Amino acid sequence: MESARKFAEQFTISLDSEMDFDGWRKAARTLALAGAPSSAVTFLTPSAASQFLFTEASSPLPQPAGDTTFNVSKIFVEKAQTASHHSDPDRYDFLYHLLVRVLDEPNLLRIASDSDIRRLEAMVKSVRRDAHKMHAFVRFRKVGEVDASDDEARYVAWFEPDHFIVEREAGFFMRRFAQMNWSILTPKGSIHWNRQTLTVGPPAKRSDAPAEDATEELWRTYFSNIFNPARLKVKAMQSEMPKKYWKNMPEAALIPDLIAGAENRAKAMVAAMPSVPPPTHAAIRDRHWKGAEMGETGNTLPPPANDLETLRKQAETCRLCPLHEPATQTVFGEGPADAPLVFVGEQPGDKEDISGQPFIGPAGQLFDATLQDAGIDRSTVYVTNAVKHFKFQPRGKFRLHQKPNGDEIQTCRWWLGQELKLIDPDLTVALGATAAQSLLGRSVAVTKERGRIVESDEGQRVFITVHPSFLLRIPDERRKADERARFRDDMIAVRELMAA
Amino acid sequence: MSKISVREKLAILSDAAKYDASCASSGSSKRDSRKGGIGSTEGMGICHAYAPDGRCISLLKILLTNFCIYDCSYCINRSSSNTKRARFTIEEVVDLTLEFYKRNYIEGLFLSSGVIRSPDDTMGEMVEIARRLRIDHCFKGYIHLKSIPECDPALLEQAGLYADRLSINVELPTDSGVERLAPEKKPQTIRRAMGTVRGAIENRSEPTMRTKRKPRFAPAGQSTQMIVGADPTSDAIILKSSARLYSSYHLRRVYYSAFSPIPDSSAALPLMKPPLMREHRLYQADWLMRFYGFANEEILDGSPDGMLDLAIDPKLAWALRNRHVFPVDVNRADREMLLRIPGLGTKAVAKILQVRRYRTLRLEDVGAIVQSIQKIRPFITAAGWSPGGLTETENLRARLTPQPQQLSLF
Repeated sequence: MESARKFAEQFTISLDSEMDFDGWRKAARTLALAGAPSSAVTFLTPSAASQFLFTEASSPLPQPAGDTTFNVSKIFVEKAQTASHHSDPDRYDFLYHLLVRVLDEPNLLRIASDSDIRRLEAMVKSVRRDAHKMHAFVRFRKVGEVDASDDEARYVAWFEPDHFIVEREAGFFMRRFAQMNWSILTPKGSIHWNRQTLTVGPPAKRSDAPAEDATEELWRTYFSNIFNPARLKVKAMQSEMPKKYWKNMPEAALIPDLIAGAENRAKAMVAAMPSVPPPTHAAIRDRHWKGAEMGETGNTLPPPANDLETLRKQAETCRLCPLHEPATQTVFGEGPADAPLVFVGEQPGDKEDISGQPFIGPAGQLFDATLQDAGIDRSTVYVTNAVKHFKFQPRGKFRLHQKPNGDEIQTCRWWLGQELKLIDPDLTVALGATAAQSLLGRSVAVTKERGRIVESDEGQRVFITVHPSFLLRIPDERRKADERARFRDDMIAVRELMAA
Repeated sequence: MSKISVREKLAILSDAAKYDASCASSGSSKRDSRKGGIGSTEGMGICHAYAPDGRCISLLKILLTNFCIYDCSYCINRSSSNTKRARFTIEEVVDLTLEFYKRNYIEGLFLSSGVIRSPDDTMGEMVEIARRLRIDHCFKGYIHLKSIPECDPALLEQAGLYADRLSINVELPTDSGVERLAPEKKPQTIRRAMGTVRGAIENRSEPTMRTKRKPRFAPAGQSTQMIVGADPTSDAIILKSSARLYSSYHLRRVYYSAFSPIPDSSAALPLMKPPLMREHRLYQADWLMRFYGFANEEILDGSPDGMLDLAIDPKLAWALRNRHVFPVDVNRADREMLLRIPGLGTKAVAKILQVRRYRTLRLEDVGAIVQSIQKIRPFITAAGWSPGGLTETENLRARLTPQPQQLSLF
């Protein structure tokens, strides 16, 4: 190994502060360019240096042999910088060791199973966790008059982080409490904000921070009451809020008593006999719920309605088939009560189920556009569905349409029959097989009977065509255009039938 | 009635709020107070404390009032309960939120309420609290409003302008459960309200033509909660119900709340220890549906009683019932299949996929990436490792079942 021979010499680099990442970076770059192996390099932070009786001056850096620059990935620099805040005294030596390896193996950072990478990731994780806990567990105490405005008051906190993160995390508190005066004091340095500038100060002592704040009494009240004694999980609490943080959290002193009393409180609740309702209960029942139980259950057919609005109301609570439970609501027909032309589709889709209106999803939009092309005024027609609840299969964030079965169509047929009876149109258009089956009471092959007018048992004229959603599902563009034209021709035929 | 102090009200109205499981403060839009006001949200939620029940305390979770005209058997605030009642004023809730926030106790407010006078009245006051915080005080912290499904949809539309998250509780996993235990509630009304919220979120997230900016509407989405163990519904039905809710209303979360004893119980609903392990398994199963590509019906497919195994996690239980698909080759299998391996989480799978572009993984390499290799070994092959007959051994379940641990009291 050439470099090992060349560097029998040892380098010791003194850094300016615990967080002197830039100093490390500069020295590390020069040393790496000169080919110094990690075994030949030691970095000293002020705290490590103070353990020696004499202050050690930095060694003169070697002259670079060839290249004067090199590139490492941005992600390495970011991770190294984060890790440099770690309290591990060897962190800068380790980061240099890693730098030397990364120059040799550019993909090293992606090898999660490598032991050096695991160490780096663990350091990064530990610093991030400490930062996160600082965001969480810093407790400000207000200094000044109790009702002092935020212009006059100052909020001061004492916190003990594991790592050198205080300066690093100043931004979080500046963004959050930008319009407050605050200080965060720690044994590893302090930060002060006066609503305009940040000042970094030396390490502080606990006694520098205020000893109390009247609001803490309210906070403790909240903490002890939000706790459910029947769900005691002490380990879960401690893994997220280790005891080392407790001494600086005003609420933590309550924890031992809350735990000690929990079991008895939970047992007492279970053992207590149900009580007699207070007198207010009867008054509330009387005032708010009188007759509420008499309402429609939806489990049986209602008496036939005399108008469409009443029928719509009745349908809202329908539970005659199981489709009502997964669906959001009954999607009833829409349009003038005396419309001469009625369109019947299959069932509402995802959008219709949410909005409660028929034919507003993709198929509905295509239907609207086609009607317009064919010269039929949508506002004069009534649109409805054979089945009035959306039947679907959940798939993640989406719902896949499912065809209603014979029973469901048969059950919902009563509602469609009532709608048609009340509207009494000149012509009804069955869009697709489900609509045709519901209207004619038999299964219909749409491809065979398309364009025909069939008379239903109730004496209504029914025109049969496809459902617009069929047009949306055709993958082949040419065939799609052909089918759309055919559907438009059907609609023109319908218009002509109406004019005749 | 003598006037009670804010502190007494806080005691009563936080005690009454603790049965709501959610305390999430994550996933909202990014904002801060550098240009005025107070507070920030930066995407990640922050738990400012933990109670001895292991639950995170992120928000000031309180009821506006615990007076209620409804009589739901499982609820401490039902009209037939003798619990002590209190009611905050709008100003008191606003002040508490701000004072707690300034001391860094909380991320924001989670406001819920009993229904007093009428759903519109109560919801109107809750919306007003959110409005005052957001508009009058320029509060940039997190607001979660537990919405009252029976209120006018226009109030929900307003609530979403100020709140980060809206939630509406389905209460119980089935309609028949709601009818039996919460007889005044209508499951259909609850679903319609969730539909209204989904519709509003979708409408407002379409950029307007003029500004191209997305107007804010409940940027942290909507969630719901169901009580588990108050009625005999099986886990299979619960998961089916959750899958429907996720797909129908695009929920961020379904919370499962183990039915917990309450002071002053109802005669209609005997109390028992809350089924905490069952709740935990349901959350794990929920995760399998949302992040691991499991369909709800797969999770309990082949289980005798439709209940999740309490002794082992649902992915391991699934793997033991479907041993024919194992062992899986960690150096070749696709992501979907890697996610089915017991003991491998989404992060570990991502690492495996990355590392194997450069190296062939041995069992030790997998061991270096995951927390524990014990559970994984029987289900994978790696360079130099094959589980042999281990995958098929009869006592595999017993070998992989964690020992029950004593709760540590101190």
